[in-house]
Amino acid sequence: MSVTDAEVRHVAALARLGLDAERIPTIAAELNGILAHMDVLSKVDTSQVGAVTGVGAAGTPLRVDGGNQIPLARPREAFAPAMRDGFLLVPRLATHEDLDAESP
Amino acid sequence: MTPPALSAAELARQHAAGTLAPRETVERAFARAAEVVAGPAGLNAILWDDHEAALGAAGELAALQHAGSRPGPLAGVPVVVKDNIATLTMPTTCGSRILEGYVSAFEATVVTRLRAAGAIVIGKTNMDEFAMGSSTENSAYGPTRNPIDPTRVPGGSSGGSAACVAAGIVRVALGSETGGSVRQPAAFCGVVGVKPTYGRVSRYGLVAFASSLDQVGVFGRTVEDAAIGLGAIAGRDRYDSTSADAPVEDYVGVANGSLDGLVIGRPREYFPDSLDARVRDRCDATIDALRQLGATVRNVSLPHTELAIPTYYIIAPAEASSNLARFDGVRYGMRAKAAALRDMYEGTRSHGFGPEVTRRILLGTYVLSAGYYDAYYKKAQEVRALIADDFRRVFDGGVQVLLTPTAPTPAFPLGTKSDPYEMYLSDIFTATANLAGVPALSLPIGRVDGLPVGGQLIGRHFDEATLFRVAFALERALGGSAHQ
Repeated sequence: MSVTDAEVRHVAALARLGLDAERIPTIAAELNGILAHMDVLSKVDTSQVGAVTGVGAAGTPLRVDGGNQIPLARPREAFAPAMRDGFLLVPRLATHEDLDAESP
Repeated sequence: MTPPALSAAELARQHAAGTLAPRETVERAFARAAEVVAGPAGLNAILWDDHEAALGAAGELAALQHAGSRPGPLAGVPVVVKDNIATLTMPTTCGSRILEGYVSAFEATVVTRLRAAGAIVIGKTNMDEFAMGSSTENSAYGPTRNPIDPTRVPGGSSGGSAACVAAGIVRVALGSETGGSVRQPAAFCGVVGVKPTYGRVSRYGLVAFASSLDQVGVFGRTVEDAAIGLGAIAGRDRYDSTSADAPVEDYVGVANGSLDGLVIGRPREYFPDSLDARVRDRCDATIDALRQLGATVRNVSLPHTELAIPTYYIIAPAEASSNLARFDGVRYGMRAKAAALRDMYEGTRSHGFGPEVTRRILLGTYVLSAGYYDAYYKKAQEVRALIADDFRRVFDGGVQVLLTPTAPTPAFPLGTKSDPYEMYLSDIFTATANLAGVPALSLPIGRVDGLPVGGQLIGRHFDEATLFRVAFALERALGGSAHQ
């Protein structure tokens, strides 16, 4: 399998990474170089093996889906640019610097 | 480099007895950091520090003790923690521009537990960005240098913590492990590093890289320093459902345990023909020392070892590509200016992440994408099961501890590994323990051309106590030769 420039662009879009066009061939070559070493796995017989997703000795214990109260060091307001009516206000796109001068 | 004269245990004892003021010890740690130039102009091991908070904590500790409070096992002992572990008074940037200036809203459980044991956190240490690297050259804040030879890397990704211990600034430091990021820098810097069993230590407040592999680890100047540090942070945490409810043994209490009858395995796959002959010699001398201590040494085989790096470098980037999706300019750290949401995401992430993190996110996204998932990710998970089964079979066969080199070579010069996969091979002897979830420890076993060599002990799930028993005995037996 060989990674093409088009696949790099596709994967970058999936990963929300903006890549300069001139970097794409280099990245494709790097990924191909790395993935070439992974091909050894395709020769391993795993027909009798189930995939593992974790290695805890006794599995992962379940907890009550109640949600622990996370102890914040400071009130929520301290981490938000601004708050109104209990909601966090975050900067608006592009124009947020202009809005910073105004009271949200 | 001259280590601090007093061990963590002795510092705690003297602080508790009132013969030494914690403030004096903290001042001495900062003075040592200045002396060795631990900041950007020198070793570049410490990214952030907080004199005021550290001295305040020292004062509070003294006041508590004066009021009759029982001192902890790390009473007044200065420590540093890796910059991917959340602290309240210092930034937590993971060595990345994307988190520049970010201060956590909560504290990692390991930090809370260190403080409860009396430790005083004096600084945050440099690291490969988001723990992705084996040399601490991938930090957005510049590379860390090895205190033993500043032209060389300290290993990584927890290189800053290892360097602080090696330079004599602190006796105990925290790092994190995903594929060897505590043990390999411990080996390169000539200190002790332990990666506990997956689930042994809470990860609440550890910024996630690859969640099925990540563990917090501990550095110590000596085996005892590391044992006290791990004892302070180990155990179930209600904020981390992957932390195990397994009893925590007294890791210092095993210090004088006998090795009579202990069965040590020497896995042949960790001693390939290509292994640096000087590293092999040091390991063989260590094996001789184990025999003289009463242990039985048995040659064993872990046949899937050579598949560990390809497996690890599929699984870890795959998990990272998911975990790092949260760094999008909305919730944390820096934010690129853009007119449209998607442009803002892409601008933030492309400017905020360095080249190695970008490479791994792309690799991880690729192996998880439609058409490639089965060939890469699913296959890697199956091979991971085979690697874990290798360990299970050897341990079920009566072997209690494995002895291997920690890394194939001593510390290499800065800037000499430009090929990504060549760098990945630094983890060839360490990634297996992360894939299998078993505990492992690196300790100094000698030097070649003045550079430290680490020996690795690998044990059964939740049997850190046996690793420490062997490490204590080896440290005593090797004595000064471990650092010559």
